[in-house]
Amino acid sequence: MLKLSKGIITILVLLLFGLNQLNAQHGHNNADVNESENHSADSHGIREFNAGEYIVEHVSDAYDWHLTSWGRDHHISIPLPVILYSKHPELHGGKRFFVFMSSKFHHAHDPYKGFLISDSEEFDGKIVEFDSHGNELGRPIDLSITKTIAEAIISLIILIIILVSAARKAKRSTGKAPTGLQNFLEPIIIFIRDEVAKPAIGETKYKKFMPYLLSVFFFILLNNFIGLIPFPPFGANVTGNIAVTMVLALFTLGITTINGNKHYWKEIYNPDVPWWLKFPIPLMPIIELSGVITKPFVLMVRLFANMLAGHMVVSVFISLIFIFASLMGPVAGFAISPVSIAFSVFILLLDVLVSFIQAYVFTLLSAIYFGMATAEHD
Amino acid sequence: MLSAILTVLLQAVAGATVGKLGAALGAGLVAIGTGMGIGKIGASAMEAIARQPEASGDIRSNLIVSAALIEGVAFFAVITCVLVILV
Repeated sequence: MLKLSKGIITILVLLLFGLNQLNAQHGHNNADVNESENHSADSHGIREFNAGEYIVEHVSDAYDWHLTSWGRDHHISIPLPVILYSKHPELHGGKRFFVFMSSKFHHAHDPYKGFLISDSEEFDGKIVEFDSHGNELGRPIDLSITKTIAEAIISLIILIIILVSAARKAKRSTGKAPTGLQNFLEPIIIFIRDEVAKPAIGETKYKKFMPYLLSVFFFILLNNFIGLIPFPPFGANVTGNIAVTMVLALFTLGITTINGNKHYWKEIYNPDVPWWLKFPIPLMPIIELSGVITKPFVLMVRLFANMLAGHMVVSVFISLIFIFASLMGPVAGFAISPVSIAFSVFILLLDVLVSFIQAYVFTLLSAIYFGMATAEHD
Repeated sequence: MLSAILTVLLQAVAGATVGKLGAALGAGLVAIGTGMGIGKIGASAMEAIARQPEASGDIRSNLIVSAALIEGVAFFAVITCVLVILV
C-alpha cells in the first residue's frame, strides 16, 4: 500500500515537471496564440466566437445600449450621451466641455473631435484623448450617461413612481385597510421595521435610520430584478458594477461614522484592553480601525460579486450555444440550445432568490452597524 | 532533474502559466471551503428544525443570513482569483 502511494506521488510530480517542459519547448506565448486565433478568423470571413470577450462585454458598462447585431457589421444600439471635460483643451482648439451622442463613435471604430474609444490594454473600452501623433494621452473627466447610469435612472423613476404613489395613498386613507400597491408594499416595509431595524438598532432610535434602510433595500432589490429582465429598457447590470455598490457601502460607512456616539469611538480608539496593546504601538486601535473600513468593503464586494456571478453564469450558458456551433457546426448549436436555455432559466430563477437575499443582507448588516454605532453602554 | 527545476522556476518568474494555475487552484479551494462551511450550517439548521418544528421560520432566516455572510467571503476570494487571471 505504501509502495503504491509513493509510486503515484512520484508519477504526479514527474508529470508536473514534464508538462512544464513541453510548454517551454513550444516557445509560444499565450498572447501569440490568442492573436493568431483572431487573425485567422478575419481571414476566413466568419468571426470566431470569443467567449471571454462576449461574456465580459455582456456584463460590463458601455457607452451605448447595444440591442442586437447580426453578421459582422450590423449592430442595432441606442446611443447614449457622452459628456466629457477635457484635460488638454489645447488639442481641441480651446474647448473644454463636450456633449455629443455616442453614435458619433460608430461603434468604437472612428475617433471624433479628438476623442476615441480606446483599444489599448490600459484603457480598453473607455474614451481617451489623443494628440496629433495618435498617442493616447489619458482619459478626460468622463461624466457620460453610460448604460449603467441610464438603467439606474430608469429604475430610479420606477422606484419614485411606485413608492411615492403608495405613500400618498397611505396618507389619504389612514385608518382604512390598505389595498392595491400599498397592500403589496406594506408587509415588506413592516418586515424591515420589525425584523431588521428594531432588533438591530433598538426601539428608541430606529426611526432615524428607517428612511435610509428602506431606500437601500428597495433600490438594491429593484436594480437586481431589473438586471434579470433580458429585454430593453431593462437588463443592464447596475448592482453588478462595483462603483455602484461602492457608493452604497460608502453611504453606510458615512451614516455609521456620523452617528457614532462616544461609546462607539471609545471602543475603537481606547478599548478596555490591557495597556500594552495600546501604548507604544497602538495595536488594538489599528485593528479596530481596519475593522471599520473592512465591514463596508465586504458589503460592497458581497453585493457586487453575487450579482456579477449570476450574470456571468447566464452569459456562459448562452455562449455555450455559440461555442458548440463554432466547434461542431450550426446543428450542434441548435441541439444544445434547449439544454442551455433550460439551465439559464434555472440560474435566473436562482438569481431572483439571490436578489432578495442580497438586498436583505445588505440592509440587515447596515442596520447592525448602525445599532453598534448608537449602542448605549448598559 | 536540475533542468526541470530550472524550467519551472523560469516559468514562475515569467509568470505566464503558474500564476493562472495558482488562481484556478485557489478558486477550487474556495469552493471546497464554502461548501463545507455552508453544509455545516445547513446540517445544524436541519437538526434544529427537526427538534422544534415551530421555530422553523426563525431558523430559516438565520440560516439564510449566515449562508449569505459566508458566501460573501467566498466571493471575495473568487474575485481575487479572477483578478489574478485577468490582470
